[in-house]
Parts: sequence; structure tokens; C-alpha cells
Amino acid sequence: MSDGMRYSAGVDVGSTQTKAVILDETGAIVARSLIDTGAYLVRAAERAYEQALGSAGVRRDQVGYVVGTGYGRFNVAFGDTQVTEISCHAKGAWAIFPNTRTVIDIGGQDTKAIGVSERGEVLDFAMNDKCAAGSGRFLTNSAEAVGMDVSEIGERSLGAKQPVRLSTVCTVFVESDILSYLAQGKKVDDILAGVHAAIGARTVALVRRVGANAEVTFTGGVARNVGMRRAIEEKLGVTINASADSHYTGAIGAAMYALERMRSAPAAVA
Amino acid sequence: MTTAPAQAGAPTPAAIRYQGTVHELQKELMSAYYRDLTAIAEGGPGRSAQLLIAGNPVEILRTFDMIPVFPEVNALQLAVRKVSLPFIQKAEELGYATDNCAYVKADIGLWSSGGVAPFGTIPKPDVLVCNYVGCNVYLNWFEHLAELTGAPAMNVDIPFLRTPDGKPTDADVRYVMAQLEELIALLGRITGKPFDEDKFRLIVERSARVGELWSRIKELTKRRPAPYDAYFDSVTMMAPLYCLRGTPECVDFFERAYEEMSGKAERGEGPLPQERFRIVIEGPPPWPFLRAFRDLFSRWGAVAVASTYSTVGGLWEFGFRHDPSKPLESVARHMLEANLCNRSLLQRYQQIERYVEEWGADALVIHSVKSCRLFSAGQGDMREHFVHDRETPTLLIESDLEDPRYFSHAQLRNRIDAFFEALEQRRITAGVTA
Repeated sequence: MSDGMRYSAGVDVGSTQTKAVILDETGAIVARSLIDTGAYLVRAAERAYEQALGSAGVRRDQVGYVVGTGYGRFNVAFGDTQVTEISCHAKGAWAIFPNTRTVIDIGGQDTKAIGVSERGEVLDFAMNDKCAAGSGRFLTNSAEAVGMDVSEIGERSLGAKQPVRLSTVCTVFVESDILSYLAQGKKVDDILAGVHAAIGARTVALVRRVGANAEVTFTGGVARNVGMRRAIEEKLGVTINASADSHYTGAIGAAMYALERMRSAPAAVA
Repeated sequence: MTTAPAQAGAPTPAAIRYQGTVHELQKELMSAYYRDLTAIAEGGPGRSAQLLIAGNPVEILRTFDMIPVFPEVNALQLAVRKVSLPFIQKAEELGYATDNCAYVKADIGLWSSGGVAPFGTIPKPDVLVCNYVGCNVYLNWFEHLAELTGAPAMNVDIPFLRTPDGKPTDADVRYVMAQLEELIALLGRITGKPFDEDKFRLIVERSARVGELWSRIKELTKRRPAPYDAYFDSVTMMAPLYCLRGTPECVDFFERAYEEMSGKAERGEGPLPQERFRIVIEGPPPWPFLRAFRDLFSRWGAVAVASTYSTVGGLWEFGFRHDPSKPLESVARHMLEANLCNRSLLQRYQQIERYVEEWGADALVIHSVKSCRLFSAGQGDMREHFVHDRETPTLLIESDLEDPRYFSHAQLRNRIDAFFEALEQRRITAGVTA
């Protein structure tokens, strides 16, 4: 890394995984890291940050500003400030796809739809109610119920011939619902298509509340799930953006906020 | 550009003391109120009546020297003291569903435990007056109370406001007045006393005076900064408004409250070091976490300038006053038209629209109650109406008014922080482009 270059960092401590991203002064991503959050949030934040610094070959004193985000944002002990992941997902999605006006994020605890301005600001957002019905955890539990890894179920759902209709979006009751379909001899592909359709419908209902303005960008780890993308696109009737960096969107947004802060207050980090 | 939740140099929310003279006086009055009730429960002289907050005829009960007891107030007192859950669970053991109104469950649990609460003992009522304003659950609540206490029960049926202008018809007024006459006859039989019309007129006159003072106090939050928080501090003033209305102590309380709040307004004092956002809040507060909930807004310098919840038992700021020259009719009109729960969703919209415009609010926050689907129904549409039709930034959050199990601090904080981050960001952007 060149001498005198300064960096900003974003650390997204989510309910299941912790992500860290380091940007250089131009806003280019120089490193990413991803670890399981586990029970020790402070340590998870520290480890993810260390890993990102290591892979970028950047020293801590070269980082001018760090923003923490996600549920564990107050556990980013080395962070200079905290910004909610709602603002960070909007900012990150806008950074990756500048025409983004609507963001969909399916997280472990929350599903959210965010209306975004042409400057990447949050205009409005709608989230699931207090219950985790239809959140990312629903997919994890569904995968477990059919004995698969969550990374496999999206692809598999595309092979469905006769998707089943789930009677619930409850993250707890989905397991018994799936078991009863398995007992009836339904095919796993058809059950998984039903799982994705159920969450897709629930997510699109949230999107409609903020207005499904194009372009729509899908962020967060679940955006890698092709079955989920397809289910939302079918329901919404538009193509949605999903970046290979979707998992890092919150951390990228946090690092963008850190970069802005670093630029506006250079003296504070000299 | 980044949106730091707390301002550098500002005191942390935990360091802010919200207590003023009004808060101290309220504590004294409410302690005395519960002492009086405990004395009756322990066999002392005096009578009590149980009735409901929204649209009640407390002036008639006071005329017969009956102390009003509001099961909702008892339930929220349990929640504020963080002891509601064992009572809720007691009611669930009796068969109440988990999603049943948690006020009902806490109160039924309290009765099943002998009425002994940390703040006093609730006497067996001499009468139960269910003033029905559209909540079917409340009807069943009072039926169960009648079974548990053996007290005579009467339901006063209050027609829902259904005309476009939000006013009751003459037939509605006559219908309610006829029932109030039946109530007066019933109370006469229970107490063995005749109805003292002069005393009734005097009590109604006190209610009119309190309505005037409360209305003036509410006008004060149009100032910048608002001298008090029209949600979190209003709830302090609501207890005497309901439990003591019609008494000289209530008039005195509101005179002193007006004095304190208008003094603050003159001196430019507000409840927070800096008023950065002016909000309107819809829905009752999460009583088990009142302070923690307030702090989530204080961190952002957000002050409520108006709230719908503060009109649940009476809406005076738009002009309603009790009329001592027509005491019975004005009590009937108050029950019909001057409380939040008897108003249609569209009238609730109009009420909030007036608050946003006339009180100069930046945003609306809707706190939805998980265990009250009746009042919470339509709040999703309400959010959309304000966001899309009125361009009022609106946040919809959810927990419960009584059941601590529905409160998720991290989730609420996340949403509240995101909402104010966005408001602040837009303000910065508007400043740059202006």
C-alpha cells in the first residue's frame, strides 16, 4: 500500500455474521472479511476488522475513521461512531448500483424495504413487525427441516414442478409445516419453492409499502440465493439488482459513511 | 455527514431528570388517592366504582361520593413498577389467550390475587360501570369483574361517531342521556341517597375548568422549544385528569401545572437541553419500559409536541368544554364526542393532521400495541396516509402497553435510530442545497 494513503472502515455486526470492509480514499474496496458472529460481539467485531486489515495490508493507524453498524454496532469498541444498518444498506446499495431507489434486505432478524433518494439517503423504510416471521432465519430453519445447507436451497427450489403453498411464514411453525408436506410425499424441490414464494410474497408486501420504485436492489447475504431473487422478481414483475458483494452491503455503506466523515473532519483524524 | 446518535457535549439520556413540580405533585396526589382506596378496601367508610377511561361519566359517580377506580390505571401502575408479568401469567393460567389485551389480563390477575398491588389495595367496587366505546373486550372484562367481585354492573352503550363531521346526532345524545338517568337511579338505590343536582352542577363546573386549563397547557407545546413533552410528560398529568376529575384537588393540580408549564414556556425551557425534532406520537406508551422508551427519543433531541394518547379519556384542545348549565347533556356529549376511542380512523387522521400542522411537527411516530388489535388495526394504513398523502415522515414501531415480553429494545432502537438518522440526513442535505 502506498505511503500516506488513508482508509476508512465499516464493520457490520449482524445477528448471524459479522462483516468488515476497508475502503481507500477514492472509495474503492481494498478488503472484505466475513465471520460468524457467535456469542461474543466485541470479539467478533475485532476479529473481522483484524482480518480485513490483514488482507488489505493496512495498519490500524492508517484508518482514519471506523463506523459500526448492524445489531451489534455498539459492540464495535474501536468504532468512531455508529449508524443503523438501514442507513448503511441504503448507502451501500446506492454505492454499488447508483440508480437504486428501493432496497430489499432480508436479514437474520429483520426483513426491510427501504426507499432511497438519488443521493443514497433513506426516504422511508418498512420492516417486519416484532416477530421474525419471514426473515432470513426462516430460510435457515427450512433448510434444516429438509436436511440441507441454506446455501443449497435456492438453486434447488428452481427445479420445482408443483410448488406447495405453505400455511405459515412463522419461523418456528414452518418446520412442522414442512414435515407434514414431507410426510405427504411432496418433493423437496416443490416444498422449497413454496418456502421461497412465502418469503417472496411477504417481502414484496413490505416493498409495496414504501413503493417499488426502480431500480430495486437486493442486499444482504440472502441476495445470493437465486431462488429468493427469482421469487421476488416474479412477484414484483421487475428485474432486481444483486451484487456479488451483496453480503457486504451494510459494511460498505458503513465504510462510505466513515469516508464522508473522514473527509469532512480531516483534523480530527490527523 | 454521518449521523451520530448523540451530540458531542450533550448530556446522556440517563443523566436527564425529567421531573418537575407537576411530577412531584402528581405522585403526592396519586399516593393519597391509593391510600383512600386502600382504606376502603380495609373496611373503612366510603364507596368506589370501577369504570373505564374512554368516555366515562365520572362526574355522576363523584356526585354520589364514589371514588372512581380505573382498571386500566391499576394495570399500567403494575407495568410501570415492572410487576405486571406475574399478574398477566395468572390470567393466562385462568385461560386468557397470550394475545388477549394485556391490561385486562393484568387486572384480572390482580383481582385473582386479592386486589393487593404494590401501590395499594383495590377495594371491592360498589358498582361496575362499563362505558362501552367500541371495545368488545372491555365488555367481557367487566363481565368477568362482575363475576369476580359480585358487584352490580351496568353497561352504558355509547354509539360510535359515524357522521362525516364527527359529531353525535341528537338521537345519540338522547340515547346516552337516557342511560345516564338509569345509572343515576341505580346509584341512588345503591347509596340510598338522592341525586344532588346542585352538587352535580358544581362537579361539572370543575370539569369544565380543568378542561380549559388542560387545553391551555396543550397550547403551550406550540412554542419552540415545547416546554414539556406532550407524550411522556402528558401521561403524568393524565392520572389526576382521570382519577380526580370533578374534585377541587384536580382543579388545583391543573392550575399549578399551567403555572409551571407556562413559566417554562416564558423562559424558553424545554424537557431536553436541545429540541432538535418535534414529533407527534400516536398510541399508548410501553409502560413497563417507559423511561427506556423515552430515552430512545431523547438521544435524538426528539420532543413530542402532541399525542393522541393524551386524548384517550378526553379531547379538549379542539374546543369541547363541559357545560354546567346543561350538566347531564354535556357529560353525555363528552362520552360521545370527546374521546379518542369513539372516533373513526379518518377522524383520528384529521386529529393528527391538525397536530402536525398547528403544532409544527417534523414527523409522526406510531407506537402500535401488540395485544390491542382493535386500536392498532389501521395503523399500517395510517402510516401510508401520512407518508404518501401528507408527506409527513412516519415511523411505525410495535411493542405492548403492558406485557414486557413484547418489548425488544434492540429492535426498537434500531428503527428509531434509523428514522432520525434519515430525518437528520435530509435536513443536512436541505441545508446544503438551500
